[in-house]
This record gives sequence, structure tokens and C-alpha cells, in this order.
Amino acid sequence: MSPVHVTAEVLASKRIGAYQHVTLVAPGVGERFRPGAFVAVSVGTGGYHLARRAFWIHQVRPLGGYAATVTLVVEPRGEGTRWLATRQRGDRVEVTGPLGGRPFALPKEPVPVLLVGEGYAAAPLFALAERLRERDCPVNLVLGAPDEAHLLSALEARRTARAVTIVTGDGSVGARGSVADVLPEALRRSGAAVVYAAGPAATLHAAALAAEEHGAWSQVALEQRTTCGTGLCLGCPVPVVGEDGVARTARACTDGPVVRGDRVRWDDLARGASA
Amino acid sequence: MSVRVAGLTLASPVLVASGCGGTGRELAAYAALSTYGAFTTRSISRDARPGAAGPTLAETPAGLVHATGLPNPGLDAFLATELPWLLTEGARVVVSVVARDLGEYAEVARRLATAPGVSAVEVNLAVPDAAELGVLDAREHFHVGAAVSTVLRELPRGVPVLAKLRPDPVRVAETVRVAADAGAAAVVLGGALPAALPDGRPAGLSGPAIAPLALRCVADARVALDAAGADCDVVACGGIGSPEDARHALDRGAVAVQVGSALFHDPTTAARIAAALSPDEGA
Repeated sequence: MSPVHVTAEVLASKRIGAYQHVTLVAPGVGERFRPGAFVAVSVGTGGYHLARRAFWIHQVRPLGGYAATVTLVVEPRGEGTRWLATRQRGDRVEVTGPLGGRPFALPKEPVPVLLVGEGYAAAPLFALAERLRERDCPVNLVLGAPDEAHLLSALEARRTARAVTIVTGDGSVGARGSVADVLPEALRRSGAAVVYAAGPAATLHAAALAAEEHGAWSQVALEQRTTCGTGLCLGCPVPVVGEDGVARTARACTDGPVVRGDRVRWDDLARGASA
Repeated sequence: MSVRVAGLTLASPVLVASGCGGTGRELAAYAALSTYGAFTTRSISRDARPGAAGPTLAETPAGLVHATGLPNPGLDAFLATELPWLLTEGARVVVSVVARDLGEYAEVARRLATAPGVSAVEVNLAVPDAAELGVLDAREHFHVGAAVSTVLRELPRGVPVLAKLRPDPVRVAETVRVAADAGAAAVVLGGALPAALPDGRPAGLSGPAIAPLALRCVADARVALDAAGADCDVVACGGIGSPEDARHALDRGAVAVQVGSALFHDPTTAARIAAALSPDEGA
């Protein structure tokens, strides 16, 4: 999955709930995409912002005569995300991608799987669900958010998933509560052999723990503040335990972004410490 | 456009700066490593360094503050795996080194002296948080001179020493004279500026924010070296992100430029500058 650096063009930008869905024509990015990959975007003009902003690739599809457009889900929170969210059709954006040394690994056998996503970070799970279904894996999905506006389209999810559990903090849609609350039951019902999780670190940790208790593997998509996204800057350290049992510091961008949940030293990650 | 830098003939005046090209593999995805005049490694120490606790980088206006703690696999692992890979990719390799003291500098240089494929050694005397990291802190000129001569003494003829220095315009003239006297074939101006992360931890500031400062250092260094009759090149480094930036530095007497943090923003920056400066472009 060799990345490219291109000047992309905004093909469409649509507000859905709290998020802006930005679709880019970025030649070479969509063609190389695998679920769990992300792009690094230059924001602003005039060289004021040296650091890139990373976004999960939500969807790759043919649109407007282009073979593989790339859609990102942007939650306008800071200056960079607001800048991208306000780009208009035809605007140009510098993009590097698809990035990530390790996207989601797919099971070789058609085993049942549970996908767990929260907020905008659930973005990479939809393309993953389609790939898993192509492999005849029964797909179960847990989607969470603080409220309905921050929930990624559950309708779309119902097309690919056998069972969908929705949970919101305010109970505006689905059950009231957190993703962690519904995980044990979802795991038990699905009989999942693999849990794929994307969301805030606390949710990933909960998914990794729940998977371990049920004897399932877990694959978690880490989200770290990114400076380059390409593995050069060493600014996204993740404390992990190597195959040999030795504590190490991995880079979320190139050694991840998807790692085995049982390899992450979650307490150190929460403390912001590394080996 | 082949150029002479520190006695070496390089294919381009555009080099990858230390600490900004990863192990080389990450950068090789965007352009062949032979595109660059040389690939400068991240600073290698005798023993492996795991790196600092994160988060270690923060964006500032037109810059970055960083305190990554010089993570590297240590000299043995570097020589066993990373250096051979760089050479098979066709890179000219400048090995950046850092050490606790002069004794350790000598030890590192002795082992590099027998490693095939080391084009030059860059002594990192510009670590902005040296005291915190426990590496030699080149506060005074004699630290610079001692480190350069210590490393040079161990290297075979034909492997030049580059001294990477702090971009301190007040002291640059004297510092470069001392480095040249000690035998540095080139001075690199400069490293990150001493700064602090938002939580107050010592760090370095890099990026376009320091470019005017680095340019002043380049110009003053060239004047000072010429006045002293020193046979020592100036390599510009610090905030270079465009062909114009590179030309400004070359116009002020630099023989080459190193591209660093701009690679974080766009991994093709150094390759694009190299292409723009090549005579095929009619520049």
C-alpha cells in the first residue's frame, strides 16, 4: 500500500448530522485503499500550519466520472478541521495517502466478527464491513455516540451487518449508555472470533478487554494527534508490547494505525508515557 | 547538478536533514533516495535510545516544537540493518551522531570508521534539550572544537566531519571558526532553536518560523570563514521548504541545503526542490 502525495480536488461536501462528509478526487489514493487506512491533509494556506491533519478514509467509490473518490468524515472541532469542513466544491487540498503501515487484517476463515465504532472515528468500519461480508464473515456492529447527530449513518450499516446495536449517551437513538456497556452482550450474541474497534482510546481499551474475556482477537484502530502521518516525525508514540514480550514504543501511523488490542500498554497510553 | 560539499561530490545540493527522514524507508515511498545529494540519518547514539514520553510534538505558528528524545536503535543495530538498506537503495549516507561525552564520541567514530558506505559523519552539536537528554551540551565553543576533533581523529581520510550547530546569530562567527579549526569540512546551520513545549519541557523549534534566523547564520558564517581563510563549507538547514528558500541560502554562500521539518508537511518537498534546482529545469 504505497502512498502518494497529490493535490486533490473537493468534489462534494455534505453536512450529515454533526459531521461534514468531504469527498475528494485524489488520484492514486482511493485505488490503493484498504479499510483502516487514513490520509494526511495540509490545512490552511501560507505555510502557517506545518503539521498535517489525519482523517480516516470512510468510503471509496466511483462518483462524477471518477473511478475512486475518497470520502472523509470531518468533525469541525479545531482550526484545521474547520478549515477542511468549509472547503467548497472545486477547492484544492494537498493530500498524502493512503497511509498506515497496517490496516485492518481480515480473517482467513468466514468467522463471525464484531465491529465496534464510536463517533466520527467509526468511519473506517463501513468499508471494512463490506470486505468482511465479501468473505462471508457474519458482521455484527455496535455503533455509539454522545447523541444522534454524532452517530455515523446506521442505515448504511444495516445493509451490510447482520445485527446492529446502537447506543447513545443521551438515549436519543438506540439504547442509552456507552459502547462499553453493550459490548459483553454483543460479543456473547455474535459469538465473534474477532473484534474490530475504532474510536477514542477508552472505547478501544474496553473493546480489547471484552474481546480478551470472550477469547476473541481484537484489532483496534488507534487515533493519535498526527504531525506528519508518514512515519517521519516520531510524534505519535504508542506504548506497546512486542511479539517477544519486550516493551516498545511504536508509531501509530506506520506501525499501526491498526494494532492488536492485547499488544497495547493501555495504562501507559492513558498516562501519555512510552517505553 | 553535481556539487562539492565537504570534499564529497554529491548528485544534488539538496540533502535530507537529520531526524526528518525516518529510517529512509518512509521517505523512499515518495522518491528514490538517490534523488537527494545525501540522506542524513537521525542522530545515532552508541546505545539504543527509546525516545521521550509522548506527546512530544506541538504545532506552533509556522513551526513545530519537538522533544522526541533522539530515539534510535543504537549504533550496532543501525550498522547491521539500516545502513546496508540505505546503501542498497542508492543513498549517499551522512551518519548523524550524538554522544554523552568525548569518550563516547570517540568510540562511536571508531566503529563508524570501519563501516563501509559512510560518506560523512555529522556531529549533532545542536541538540536543543541536550542537558535533559544526557548528551554532550555544546554550550561553549571549546565543546564544539573538542567534539569535532575527537570524531575526526578516529575517521579515515576521505570521510569528512560536518558540525551541526545551533543557529545562534550572536555567536555563529566564532563558533564556525572553532569548528573549522578543529577540522570540520562543513558546518550545518543550523539545528533546532532551543524552545519549550506548552507544558514547559525543554524542546526544539523548527520550521519556517526559524528560516530567517538560519539564513542570517548562513550568511554570517560564510563571511566569518572567508575572513579566517578557512577551507570549510556552509550547509544551510532550518525552515527550508521551497526552491526559493534554497536559492536564498545558496546565494548567501551555502554549498548545499538540508530539508527537514518541511518533509513532515509534504514528504515530496526535498525531491521537488532538488528537481527545481537541477539544470534540466533551466533554473
